[in-house]
Amino acid sequence: MSIIIDHLSYKYKDVVEEDNYALRDINLKIEDGEFVGLIGHTGSGKSTLMQHLNGLEKATEGTIYYNGKDIYDKDYDMRRLREKVGLVFQYPEYQLFETTIFKDISFGPKNLGLPQLEVDLRSYEAMRDVGLSEELIDVSPFTLSGGQKRRVAIAGVLAMKPEVLILDEPTAGLDPEGREEILHLVKNLHEERKCTIILVSHSMEDMADYVQRLIVMHEGRVVLDGNKRDVFAHEEELRMLGLAVPQVTSLMNQLKKRGYTITNDILTIEEAKEELLRIIGKSI
Amino acid sequence: MGLMIHAKDLVYEYIRRDKEENVVDIATAINKVNVDVEAGQFIVILGHNGSGKSTFAKHINGILTPSEGSLWVDGKKTNDMEKLWEIRQSAGMVFQNPDNQFVANLVEEDVGFGPENLGVEPAEIWDRVEESLSAVEMLPFRKKSPNRLSGGQKQRVAIAGIMAMRPKCIILDEPTAMLDPQGRKEVMYTIQKLNKVEGMTVVLITHYMDEVVYADKVFVMDHGSVVMEGTPREIFAQVDELKKYHLDVPQVTELAYELRKEGIPMPEAVLTIEEFMNAFENLKTKF
Amino acid sequence: MIRDITIGQYYPKESEIHQLDSRVKLIGTLVYMVSIFCFHRFLGFLFVSLFLGWTIKKSGIPFSYIVKGLKPILFLLVFTIVVNIFFSDGHVLWRWGILKLTIEGIHKGIFMGIRLSLLVLGASIMTYTTTPNRLTDGLEQLLKPLSKLHVPVHEISMMMSIALRFIPILLEETDKIMKAQMARGADFETGGMLKRAKSMVPLLVPLFVSAFRRANDLAMAMEARCYRGGEGRTKMKPLKYQRKDYIAFGVLAGYIIILIIGLRYIPSFWTLINI
Repeated sequence: MSIIIDHLSYKYKDVVEEDNYALRDINLKIEDGEFVGLIGHTGSGKSTLMQHLNGLEKATEGTIYYNGKDIYDKDYDMRRLREKVGLVFQYPEYQLFETTIFKDISFGPKNLGLPQLEVDLRSYEAMRDVGLSEELIDVSPFTLSGGQKRRVAIAGVLAMKPEVLILDEPTAGLDPEGREEILHLVKNLHEERKCTIILVSHSMEDMADYVQRLIVMHEGRVVLDGNKRDVFAHEEELRMLGLAVPQVTSLMNQLKKRGYTITNDILTIEEAKEELLRIIGKSI
Repeated sequence: MGLMIHAKDLVYEYIRRDKEENVVDIATAINKVNVDVEAGQFIVILGHNGSGKSTFAKHINGILTPSEGSLWVDGKKTNDMEKLWEIRQSAGMVFQNPDNQFVANLVEEDVGFGPENLGVEPAEIWDRVEESLSAVEMLPFRKKSPNRLSGGQKQRVAIAGIMAMRPKCIILDEPTAMLDPQGRKEVMYTIQKLNKVEGMTVVLITHYMDEVVYADKVFVMDHGSVVMEGTPREIFAQVDELKKYHLDVPQVTELAYELRKEGIPMPEAVLTIEEFMNAFENLKTKF
Repeated sequence: MIRDITIGQYYPKESEIHQLDSRVKLIGTLVYMVSIFCFHRFLGFLFVSLFLGWTIKKSGIPFSYIVKGLKPILFLLVFTIVVNIFFSDGHVLWRWGILKLTIEGIHKGIFMGIRLSLLVLGASIMTYTTTPNRLTDGLEQLLKPLSKLHVPVHEISMMMSIALRFIPILLEETDKIMKAQMARGADFETGGMLKRAKSMVPLLVPLFVSAFRRANDLAMAMEARCYRGGEGRTKMKPLKYQRKDYIAFGVLAGYIIILIIGLRYIPSFWTLINI
């Protein structure tokens, strides 16, 4: 059970009718149950790649195998793919349209043609999983705060019961508390629902805290891919791509340059603290 | 008075009415806020979403007027309707969404929109447009459509649009909230340049703590009130307090704070990597 | 894709047509449009097409790009042609129920198709070569006499200009919302009329909500920049006729004269080759 992306390219014509590649020869394998982070600056092809994973865009070359099946096969059921690979767009609250929160969340499962009971069940579950209280069932989604709206939108995708959940900058525009809440929610979905998670974010600190594997894209290509510690070890390369490493990682790298012996892969404040205490302890 | 902005016991209440115009609810968005900003200062107002910081910002530009208390901008009281346009000219405002503040389809025409409204002569509008676009380093893009710019570039053009009105003070309401790191960097660089080079008074509303580092003074708002006030260093020294108001601190600040808690004599507030390194080097001499 | 819609969008270039005063282009387009309705013979269209072709060449916009502008009205175009072909009276060639194919119908269908295409192409030349702001400035100037009759000319032109600016943004937004709903299993493509109409709700509601939010934001941003209607406003680029504008008026006058002579004095010329 996995997603295999095989020599995937996506070509489009721009205003002056010239060929442009949004994706060039992407080869990736994403295993079941992974928690993957996807980084790259705006225009690197992240969003285009994600839209390929659930069939919203169709590659011009190469293909994608979902659970061993070629999704571009003529008799492949795209609707099933969209059920299994949930995609939460950036600012998902802008897609809300129903009169009540519950109805909005049910939109997805209803489209799948499930029996009413199943639709309701899934919607309840999704509401619970994103931490929306039952009292909100009949409330209009438009009266909620920004953070709550976003949760309704995520619940709308969750109610489809995806095996893979892709989130495009789910924390954009939220304050620190809202960010924390959404990321916790995603972490829980990974641990409890056993979803495969693909998370796009600009915050290296969030990546360091949450994901296991990190994929870096630049100009339509995958330029780095591996365990987050290995990827963040490439501070210079990331900087050249206009990206960064977590601030503590950068700090530790610079301390190392000043001659301190520090292990390579410090990503969090907690790790940095222990490492520095160790060094100080030694020098006393 | 050398004060650019002077808010005294400012209160703003949202009054919600039902269809028959009956008052259903009164919510206090700002509660007895006192803020003084001197000319030429770089001020940051921090707070989580819903803390009242944007509501306050809208007062400075006269978009909202106080329910109680008063606010003076450049010596003019904002609820004086006759002075409204003068106030809007002296305190320009840049908003969060870069797409929703462009009027024209050409960068230069958009920058000219403000001066046009002020009735400035065409020849002078051209001068101002050129000047403002060079100040934000966007002159080469003057003939481009705003739709073709990146988020950071759009915000810089929006800033130029305000500059062209020759204000004394510029208020930026979460100008980087919708931008990627590259765009944020560009905009922060531009804002600092405005303040340092052009001597513009800047009021920046944000919830990104790393943008606070360069400020002269910081106000932290929560539930409509100013709860903390001081230099960035004074504010960052109170990590626990900031967390109480759902605000993050830069990682190095938190790391230094954690080390202090362990009894390591790091300074009270460390703001940048550079400072941290120097402080850490100094430790050696102490041990 | 929805983003391909090019009609009404400015095409940046520095051609002679681009540099003309927008009032010239507005009047020119009006004359051109009226001229299309003066002809009842194909040969007339040849004359109009020559004029149009010449203008396109001068504008420096790729021909393929202009033709792409016809895409959104393709449905209307086909509809017009089909209705004319099958529902006209005349010499019947073939009949099936109420549908009848007539020589006159074929003639009329093709005629209407050409007329509509010429109309849209001509109008799009104007929008391709003129920024919406210039266009509305020109319109405002031309309609200024109406403001004496308390017609809010400035407000109307401002509204048009803003609408044009937000078209690409809203199109992009439509695309995004459509995809987001498709990711939730929405189906915009299959089903009967009623089902399709219903399937538009998840697209239209968010789109309207967003449009209102944007309008609200924009209104605030405009007010913050001291916008208070047309009174006391100056223009960064005031409209002033240049030499090339007078030349253009000359060309236009020539066009009208040929048209009138052609129509009035040698009608036999147009009917001579009765195709």
